[in-house]
Amino acid sequence: MVGTALFFLFAGFAIMCAISMVYHKNPLYSAISLVGVFISLSCIYITLAAPFIAAVQILIYAGAIMVLVVFVIMLLNLDDDTGPNRLKYLYTLGGGLGVVLLAQTFFIFYAVMRAPNAPSDQTLSAGKTLTIGQAMYTEYLLPVEIVGVLLLMAIIGSVMLARRLAQPQLEIVVERESDLRNDEQ
Amino acid sequence: MEPSLASYLALSGILFTIGAVGVIFKRNALGMFMCIELMLNAVNLTFVAFSRYYGDTTGQLFVFMVMSVAAAEAAVGLGIIIAFFRNKQSIDVDDASILKN
Repeated sequence: MVGTALFFLFAGFAIMCAISMVYHKNPLYSAISLVGVFISLSCIYITLAAPFIAAVQILIYAGAIMVLVVFVIMLLNLDDDTGPNRLKYLYTLGGGLGVVLLAQTFFIFYAVMRAPNAPSDQTLSAGKTLTIGQAMYTEYLLPVEIVGVLLLMAIIGSVMLARRLAQPQLEIVVERESDLRNDEQ
Repeated sequence: MEPSLASYLALSGILFTIGAVGVIFKRNALGMFMCIELMLNAVNLTFVAFSRYYGDTTGQLFVFMVMSVAAAEAAVGLGIIIAFFRNKQSIDVDDASILKN
């Protein structure tokens, strides 16, 4: 009973924060709302007997990624989002996509509700850090190594992207194009 | 008494829907980026719920992989956003129209 109450509390908080993230035009308000979604999802992971994933969720998402996003927002000194002002058909497209996805969600909800599925109670150890660590370094060693290489590539790539060139090459190309166009005219 | 698997899946579907609609409605690159993070989190919730209900560790391991990929995506994506802002003085995705003419 307590589990159900906690689930609905955190689920409502997550959905409200997600809607507020899409609704707010200021990117900083969106980022704070997204942190709220991450924290309530982490609480839901604890009710699902997955404490390792809950801790990693707080550490990586709310701790690392959102700090990076807030840094970028502060660094760029952004204006508010304008919304799709030039592309009006995007409102129709987005609304249609939302209706279709919500219909699918409710279909899945009723389909799974009817199917007999009892949670297996003898397997509460599936979320323990010991179990996850053992699986990670025996059965799933190759994916872990691949993720390590991917993170290394991301580090090198982001350093290359954020490096300030003496003159950005994109601008050189654009200037050359506009010079050519002026010559033709 | 715990909530059933279906309610976790419904929460995940609703969060995914909000994220997908947000990607289309938002016009600045950072907002779209945050909506994509929300969609990744919705899928993670599905993984953890199935992992709990089938008693299998694999789902939680894949959540870990998804989080690593999201971290890599954040690093590279924010680098691209900063490089774009340096060229255009804006991160509106409608301004990324250099291929249009």
